[in-house]
Amino acid sequence: MALGITRYSRIKDRTLVRQGEVVHTGADGSFDDFLDNALKALNIAYPKFYKMDRAAKLGFLGTEMLVNNTAVLSGYEPARVALVVANAHASLDTDIRYFETTKTMASPALFVYTLPNIVIGEICIRHGIKGENACFVLPAFDAQQLHDYVTMVMATEKTQACVAGWVDVLGDQHDVFLYLVEKKQQHINALEHTAEQLQKLYEHYGTVDGRS
Amino acid sequence: MEQLMADLKKQIIEALNLKHLKPEDIGDDQALFVEGLGLDSIDALELIVLLQQHYNIKLANPQDGPQIFKSVRTIAEYIQANKPS
Repeated sequence: MALGITRYSRIKDRTLVRQGEVVHTGADGSFDDFLDNALKALNIAYPKFYKMDRAAKLGFLGTEMLVNNTAVLSGYEPARVALVVANAHASLDTDIRYFETTKTMASPALFVYTLPNIVIGEICIRHGIKGENACFVLPAFDAQQLHDYVTMVMATEKTQACVAGWVDVLGDQHDVFLYLVEKKQQHINALEHTAEQLQKLYEHYGTVDGRS
Repeated sequence: MEQLMADLKKQIIEALNLKHLKPEDIGDDQALFVEGLGLDSIDALELIVLLQQHYNIKLANPQDGPQIFKSVRTIAEYIQANKPS
């Protein structure tokens, strides 16, 4: 069955982009301030956000832009939504910060984020996703690998939709590209789910106008 | 006691990243866990670290945690009773 990219979001250079439109940008203040302000800009009240590490915050924000406060996913049973995320730096950003705390008093709250797949857990909790999930650590964004894995996951009858993409952060350097894949027959305006299309969306800052 | 509770509220907000709250939002006797402030088990560990860092108090028996961390007032009472001289 043909698959379509029905929504996509991008966070780069302290700018949140949804479907090619800038929804928030914040050059002033620290990177952590930018993340917290982005949540406010999206009009979301979710206290647990402030406890998350940077990777989880970025994944959370990128997914919020995709699914509009869970409305987009509400048509699917939780077990039929999959989540596939990849990055290059695993949980190194938090590992470093946690290591610093071990010199005085190790922080339990940081320790729980010293795994690269915690971002998946936070997104699943927020949106009630209970389907297949996978987290890959790759040298760089790899459109082909993401495409191939998501295609395989979507080939099962069980999975009807998949949130997928790239959530990478180390220090202030961040790079997020998330997208929603659905079975195309119900979404005639969807972009073709191909590795080339993913690469194009990733490179063009989410502003590509090449709809299929 | 009042000053200690005021200090604790600030320290809890800082240590637990409760950025959506101000000290005055936390009642002296408000439950900190579950239906109260909604803290979880990781927050409990951070509270143990907070006691050690700010007040040099090591929790002798972790089983006592639920009673000690019931509210800001119970934490303050525990600190007053156990602070090293």
